[in-house]
Amino acid sequence: MPTISRDEVAHLARLARLAVTEEELDLFASQLEMILTSVARVSEVAAVDIPPTSHAVGLTNVFRADAPHPGLTQQQALSGAYATEDGRFRVPRILDES
Amino acid sequence: MTTELTRLSAADLAGRIHARDTTAVEVTQAHLDRIAAVDRAVHAFLYVDADAALAAAAAVDNRLRCGDPPASPLAGVPLALKDVFATVDMPTTCGSRILQGWRPPYDATVTRRLREAGVVILGKTNMDEFAMGSSTENSAYGPTRNPWDLDRVPGGSGGGSAAAVAAFQVPLAIGTDTGGSIRQPSAVTGTVGVKPTYGGVSRYGLVAFSSSLDQGGPVARTVLDAALLHEVIGGYDALDSTSIDAPVPPVAQAARAGAAGDLAGVRVGVVSQFRGEGYQPGVLRAFDVAVSRLRELGAHVIEVSCRSFDHALPAYYLISPSECSSNLARFDGMRYGLRVGDDSSRSAEEVMSLTREAGFGPEVKRRIMLGTYALSAGYYDAYYGQAQRVRTLIIRDFAAAFERVDVLVSPTAPTTAFRLGERVGDPLAMYLSDLCTIPVNLAGNAALSVPAGLSDDDGLPVGLQVMAPALADDRAYRVAAAYEVARNAADGPLAHRVPDLTEDRLPPPSIAEVVGR
Amino acid sequence: MTAVLMDYDEVLERFEPVLGLEVHVELSTATKMFCGCANVFGAPPNTHVCPTCLGLPGSLPVLNRAAVESVMRIGLALNCSIAAWCQFARKNYFYPDMPKNFQISQYDEPIAVHGSVEVQLADGSTCTVDIERAHMEEDTGKSLHVGGSTGRIHGASHSLLDYNRAGVPLIEIVTKPIVGAGARAPALARAYVTALRDLLRALDVSDVRMDQGSLRCDANVSLMPRGSSTFGTRTETKNVNSLRSVERAVRHEMGRQAAVLASGGEVVQETRHFDEATGTTSPGRRKETSEDYRYFPEPDLVPIAPSAEWVQRLRATLPELPWQRRARVRVEWSLSDLELRDLVNAGALDLIAATVDAGAPAEQARSWWVSYLSQQANSRGVELADLPITPEQVARVIALVDAGGLTNNLARQVVDGILAGEGEPDEVVAARGLAVVSDDAELTAAVEQALAAHPDVAEKIRGGKVAAAGAIVGAVMKATSGQANAQRVRELVLARCAP
Ligand SMILES: [Mg+2]
Ligand SMILES: [Zn+2]
Repeated sequence: MPTISRDEVAHLARLARLAVTEEELDLFASQLEMILTSVARVSEVAAVDIPPTSHAVGLTNVFRADAPHPGLTQQQALSGAYATEDGRFRVPRILDES
Repeated sequence: MTTELTRLSAADLAGRIHARDTTAVEVTQAHLDRIAAVDRAVHAFLYVDADAALAAAAAVDNRLRCGDPPASPLAGVPLALKDVFATVDMPTTCGSRILQGWRPPYDATVTRRLREAGVVILGKTNMDEFAMGSSTENSAYGPTRNPWDLDRVPGGSGGGSAAAVAAFQVPLAIGTDTGGSIRQPSAVTGTVGVKPTYGGVSRYGLVAFSSSLDQGGPVARTVLDAALLHEVIGGYDALDSTSIDAPVPPVAQAARAGAAGDLAGVRVGVVSQFRGEGYQPGVLRAFDVAVSRLRELGAHVIEVSCRSFDHALPAYYLISPSECSSNLARFDGMRYGLRVGDDSSRSAEEVMSLTREAGFGPEVKRRIMLGTYALSAGYYDAYYGQAQRVRTLIIRDFAAAFERVDVLVSPTAPTTAFRLGERVGDPLAMYLSDLCTIPVNLAGNAALSVPAGLSDDDGLPVGLQVMAPALADDRAYRVAAAYEVARNAADGPLAHRVPDLTEDRLPPPSIAEVVGR
Repeated sequence: MTAVLMDYDEVLERFEPVLGLEVHVELSTATKMFCGCANVFGAPPNTHVCPTCLGLPGSLPVLNRAAVESVMRIGLALNCSIAAWCQFARKNYFYPDMPKNFQISQYDEPIAVHGSVEVQLADGSTCTVDIERAHMEEDTGKSLHVGGSTGRIHGASHSLLDYNRAGVPLIEIVTKPIVGAGARAPALARAYVTALRDLLRALDVSDVRMDQGSLRCDANVSLMPRGSSTFGTRTETKNVNSLRSVERAVRHEMGRQAAVLASGGEVVQETRHFDEATGTTSPGRRKETSEDYRYFPEPDLVPIAPSAEWVQRLRATLPELPWQRRARVRVEWSLSDLELRDLVNAGALDLIAATVDAGAPAEQARSWWVSYLSQQANSRGVELADLPITPEQVARVIALVDAGGLTNNLARQVVDGILAGEGEPDEVVAARGLAVVSDDAELTAAVEQALAAHPDVAEKIRGGKVAAAGAIVGAVMKATSGQANAQRVRELVLARCAP
């Protein structure tokens, strides 16, 4: 039976880049716990020897040729941007290289 | 005259336009008028571009006037596009505040194919934010109403597309189906909705919710219309690696063949897992009547057990949030869309978090958190990994069933349309709406929902789900078309019983003020 | 703050270094990994982008066949096994230069595994480095940090993003832990990266320019106390932009970590940055939460299942690999071990071989690359291979000399012209008017003049001192800016001064 603490919710929110409010911490803690409890029965299905399926349709080896294809102009590329400068997307200062 | 045009099927409209008994412009105008008359009540559309639609219709008329053949069997017919497909000339918001006003610099493959086929796109339809939901109440732009009862939801996430078709605002619409988002809205609005085989319709330009499950498909009022639209949007696309390089199954031919009303020799399996607790009695009675009608048409009906289907819902609520937590990471305010909190002192990291917090609604955040949890180290095997194994079991159950029968049937949804607000505070109750539709998404095969009359306990539409093996979409069409003809013969076309709506005037939905810019 | 370093000999006395090298190689395919955008360096910002590499909503990746074949060839050349089945995964983390906020990479199912490469060190010794894996991934965009002191990230007011590089095919090659190198560890690290660079160049799959970032090395270093067999805590040093820096960074980390351990401290597992100017490493920001990349199979790409035939076909396309070539030329050119080592260390071997392939005699090809061209590379501070002259051009110069059209002196001027960007050898000869003067009338006049200017020398020659003719030849050569045919001048001098 999974239990989700407020701290765990806060950690998840950091990972997911969501500046959640204090009220959301409580709300998500209770709702995630409820949902996880209800889905936990997947782990009861005896399926250790069953291979996982990540793709429903079993295609393999899908490639494209290494041939250039016209993309977007700089103007189109930047068209949705909040701010631009010198043909680039302008963003707030970045804390550090990851 | 114009009212009459909006009552016609897409096939009839195309026939008249191509025979030059009417024009695409006239047909388009009639539907624009209808939207103007009823969309204040229904709120199916997020965006309507009348000028562009009339221009596209005029281009079809010109071509016909020059004696050229129509670009496709649906050239000149109006359509509504779910706001999850990229369109260069209209905003694409996915029902989210984070993409308010965003105009993509490219067209989705589905969009491009519709344009090339001469289908006239009237506008973009409302949806649950990023296709997450079963009621269209999760749209940042206010809910869509069910034309059958404006106090009820039209299903979701594609409630806008289904409602637009049910309210005669368009004869055709495009939806997307990740866990039932085409079929369930169709069931509760009395329309036909199809989830094609995964890989049958290109996902290029379809804003992803859960990539391994998402599939675009048609919404219509008749099985044949859905099939004609399926053939326009379907088929291989080199821009989608998961697209199947095979011809579109002959669905229009199957719909026409089915309409002859003979199902002799067709083996139909009734999935025994899809009844019992949580199923509305009126829905089950309507379903049983539908099954006896299939028998009357000559089908050989047996009961089939697919035990792993009991685990489909939990597996789905692990796989789809996991994929969504990754797919929606790109919405961070750096390159497009909303940006919140950029006061030139905050860092990019802080601005991303504030933007996502303000730009996403509660259901989207909930699923992102759930997916982040299910994928995180230490939980992956128990949740995501195990859900993928359940997926294998479901595929095996389908494979075993399709050795015994040609198609499987079930109610499309456990209940008819519920009331607005009824399940908003209870995610688990909401998730149950997709109980019967989810196994097909997990397995990647084809299924559709066809109207199966009205529930005798509330007078609201019920859907019959017909499921077929992957790439055998035509089987579902054949069975659905035969059933449709028989049901219409007995009861008259269901769609035409929808209320008039022109007198209804609800206040325009409030669009939340977007903070930031 | 400068880190305290332990004396190198003491480090080795007390500790055994353990290395792990991760090399990222940008492939030189025509297009990016998952879209048809051109893969080019140095274009105006955001001009080689499309919905897919910009990560626009709705866009999807489609895998570049040439990139897959490149990594398979790299894997085969590194003696790796090619997986019969593999797939991509998503590595999830937020960073503004990554448009989707996840990187498509390979995780637990890489395409090439368990290989090895033989590396020759500067001292001539060889060492086998085991390869853990080679896998495919996509590069990120580039950020420009504005408003700070030196374009560094710290103190910047904002950043500007260019996604031309986003989605460029990247191959990550990871070694198994390298244990037992002892004092040679820094040199081995450098020799390994050099060997990879030469291999990738021979395969013609990458530009392998460390200065432009098409070859990047992250050096993992840890220390194990002598007598122990438990690995210590490692650091990962990034921003190592030259072969020399690889060696310096490893050596510095060994000294720094040893000092930390000796003083009773603990090495912190972290990313460090190498500073070219000081030769030291400094810590990156410590993450407040541990890395959790939440890998899962990439649903938008289907698995890759290379057939045995496909692998075989690619194996057949492998060129002669650097170590194979070394073994061959050693015999063919009758080189001693020492000579061969010097050629390898100078980075001249492949260039000489290519010059020979272009038709030049081995002896002359070798002479050009190890003497005059090496001097030019040294004075410019670049690697021999990065001089703007091709083996084909060198071969043409040699051919002109052999045909008598150029003197050695003139040939050097032709080479200078090529290095200055004046064009092909024949164009430089024509433009600079460097053809040898063999016209007797012109040369006779020059000889007369020189004899008249040096009557004493003329007298000696007439007196039978033939050796003195050299001085007159030299004067003529000088007067003609080296363009005279020296052989003919000598003949004319001797004829004039015949006793
Ligand atoms: Mg990597
Ligand atoms: Zn691109």
